[in-house]
Amino acid sequence: MACTDRAIYSFESLLIIFLRCFPAMLAINILGLEKIYNVGFWRKRAKRALWPLNLRVEEGEIFGFLGPNGAGKTTTLKLLMGLVFPSGGSARILGMELDDPRMKAQIGFLPEQPYFYDHLTARELLRYYGQLSGVDAKQLSSKVDAVLEQVKLIDSANVQLRKFSKGMLQRAGIAQAILHDPKVVFLDEPMSGLDPMGRREVRNLIEDLKTHGKTVFFSTHILSDAEALCDRVAIIHQGELRGIGAVAELTASVHGKVEIVWQTAVVPAGIRSMGAECHSAGDSTRVILPEENQDAALEALRREHLRLISVVPVRTSLEDYFVAQLGTSAKSEAVSSRTLHPATGDGQVIKR
Amino acid sequence: MIRSRQVTAIASTVLVCSMAMAALLLRKVDEAPPAASLQQMLYISSPKLLKRLCLGYEGLLADIYWTRTVQYFGSKHRQGGGTYKLLWPLLNITTQLDPHLIPAYEFGGTFLIAKQPQGAGDPGKAIELVQYGTQMNPNDWHLFYDLAFIYYDQKDYRHAADAFLRGSQLPNAHPFLKIMAAQMAQHGGDLKTARMMWSATYQTTHDKMIQANAAAHLRAIQVDEDVAAIEQLVQTYRHRTGHFPQTFSEMVSSNFIHGIPLDPLGHPYRLEAGGRVIVSDPDDLPFLNQGLPSGYVSKAVPKLSTAN
Amino acid sequence: MNARILHIATNTFREAVRDRVLYNLIAFALLMSAAAVLVGQISIHIEKLVVINLGLTAVSLFGIVIAVFIGIGLVSKEIDKRTLYTVLSRPVRRWEFIAGKFLGLAGTLVVNTFFMAIGVFAALAYVSHHLESADLGVLVALYFIVLQFVMITALALLFSSFSTPIFSAIFAFWLFVIGSFAQDLRNFAAMAHGITRFLATAAAYLVPNFSALNVISQVAHGEPVPHRLILLNTTYVLVYSAAVLSGAVLIFERRNLK
Repeated sequence: MACTDRAIYSFESLLIIFLRCFPAMLAINILGLEKIYNVGFWRKRAKRALWPLNLRVEEGEIFGFLGPNGAGKTTTLKLLMGLVFPSGGSARILGMELDDPRMKAQIGFLPEQPYFYDHLTARELLRYYGQLSGVDAKQLSSKVDAVLEQVKLIDSANVQLRKFSKGMLQRAGIAQAILHDPKVVFLDEPMSGLDPMGRREVRNLIEDLKTHGKTVFFSTHILSDAEALCDRVAIIHQGELRGIGAVAELTASVHGKVEIVWQTAVVPAGIRSMGAECHSAGDSTRVILPEENQDAALEALRREHLRLISVVPVRTSLEDYFVAQLGTSAKSEAVSSRTLHPATGDGQVIKR
Repeated sequence: MIRSRQVTAIASTVLVCSMAMAALLLRKVDEAPPAASLQQMLYISSPKLLKRLCLGYEGLLADIYWTRTVQYFGSKHRQGGGTYKLLWPLLNITTQLDPHLIPAYEFGGTFLIAKQPQGAGDPGKAIELVQYGTQMNPNDWHLFYDLAFIYYDQKDYRHAADAFLRGSQLPNAHPFLKIMAAQMAQHGGDLKTARMMWSATYQTTHDKMIQANAAAHLRAIQVDEDVAAIEQLVQTYRHRTGHFPQTFSEMVSSNFIHGIPLDPLGHPYRLEAGGRVIVSDPDDLPFLNQGLPSGYVSKAVPKLSTAN
Repeated sequence: MNARILHIATNTFREAVRDRVLYNLIAFALLMSAAAVLVGQISIHIEKLVVINLGLTAVSLFGIVIAVFIGIGLVSKEIDKRTLYTVLSRPVRRWEFIAGKFLGLAGTLVVNTFFMAIGVFAALAYVSHHLESADLGVLVALYFIVLQFVMITALALLFSSFSTPIFSAIFAFWLFVIGSFAQDLRNFAAMAHGITRFLATAAAYLVPNFSALNVISQVAHGEPVPHRLILLNTTYVLVYSAAVLSGAVLIFERRNLK
């Protein structure tokens, strides 16, 4: 029987190797998607909204799409939703074309600052959207109630939407986006206009979605949210992709620093000569130094027999990375050679 | 699953086919108008109410009603004429909405007095219409001409002369108004006067239908004169030979006349028993007083041909 | 596919109703009651005439106003309020959206007309104390008025698919006015010459023919409406509306919703 076992084992290995050659289906696959608007009275002037964009999002990821206002985030989302037609390039969601109704049945979309049919109640709104999405009539009521519970709007289910606060509208918007159990959820600025409580709730909802195996693609200009939630982010500015990769990768590599804390308020000469600012508070002193000076600083402390409390790498926040990226001009070389995580396969920045 | 391109193709096809069908259906709707009742044609038959309702856009509405009048008369005429019941109301509304629409008075003057089936045969209304016109347009000599014409047609030569006189005193009046005033006063019933009147109308009008009408009248006058002259010749022949000629050829062969006489349309006259001269085609020559075959009753409305 | 169109239509109807559009019925009811009472007092043998003329004209005008004011916003309002984005991100085709909106508004107008019809007949019964079979002509006139609404709705929707509400309202209103004189326009065209004649004729046939749909005075005088006209008008309106809606679909299908 060992023979058969070995055969099965070999077959399984071959299968695994085979599957590894073909990566899992991409949730979103954007190939050279671009948009130019023709503006002006005679529609002659060209206004570039999006440079050719290449982007891939795996299934089950939470993907953040970052950028300042007017960067092209909403344009990209509208292109993906089929609300606006591309000037070039193409994209596929779940392997299907952008105008495929089968694909649309499996995605959900929350637009920026949504504002719904005033005179419908939350329940009626969700029923309507459910019907349009082809949710089975028998299951509709239960699904609507379930999703209302999920977004904590069940108590206001029969209140007309024109009486909803901004936060409630946002939650109703998320409800309609997830009602029909889509595989990919697109959210445009889901936290905008929410108070911290609301933001926390939305964050929990997004994490919840990931737990259920959904892919979430959301755009925002609030970096802390992206930092906390996303597996990977892409940064876009003036219609051009400026960086893409896991948050940790993006922040780790640029001006890494360390924070060193030791006992007593004495600052060793070696550290003082580095010119960094030391903060003393109570019985300890803190200093933030560039990573490369870490060994020299620790040596200085050891020589003075000062007791080390902690050495912690300080990661640049995404904000620093963001500002650094967008502060540079469009022709910056600093970013051009960034390649990252091999598994995702890409991460190249598109230069003009 | 229908892709976007297919939707475009289907929508374009539907658009083109539907518009074509719509146009065809409209033609059918136009072709079969129901017997236009007074109310339906005019929708609102009271000119005063109409004036108040049209919110100051009387000019445009007057133009629309004028167009309807011409269309109404023209199509009815082509179908064989009738009583033209709506002619007066249409003209009334038109001129109430826009008293300065001069062509309406001329049109009314001509076709309201014309006897049925040529026209409405309502001279009283014609006079009312044109008199209203002269009140509203006291400096336009054309209207006095039209008024005079109506009186003349009704053989009221005194009023006709009067109208001509008043017209002749207006600025820019055509000189013949004065001439006609004098002529009318003395020789109202003469054929010569009639010829002058219709020639004047023919030359001064811009309306094709009125022109054709005038030409037909001139032809009729010509025939009347011709017939009178030829019958005179026939009488002379009878005195000379003692019997009435059977045909004109007889008179030609005896060198009494040079050739067979032709009417204004180029058709030869014919002789009836008893020395009467008649036209070959009475249907083509309306308004005749002389030269009609015995027992002739005009059937259809003869065409007002524009050929002279 | 058809279910989605129906759902959009139902939603449009519900929106119109909750937008208090049916409150116009109150104004209409007041008008009809006042007229009926006034006319009933005068008794000059034309009570029926006045009630029918006034009633049907009011039905027509009220309805046209509603059709235009709601119609012009059918698409543009959804774009402004971004409700369209969430709808189109679902498996709803753009042409289905147009069809649904059209049916929704047309349906609203039919319901509205139904209630107004009751009002007209009530006023009629009041002034003439009994109803005759000739009064069924009023139903035909009402049917023709509904056909008018269908055309105006299609036109308002067409304009809404690409234009702002103000311009849509102006275009729709003018098309209604010109369409009411469509017969005269064709007469004008027949009398013109040359290139003017060609252009005028083209315009005369493109313009919606509202004049043939107006049989109010005929019915008021108790004259019957020929069956042929009913058939012709129905077919014409269906065909014309189909053309206009195709135009709306063509425009909307390729519109970038900025």
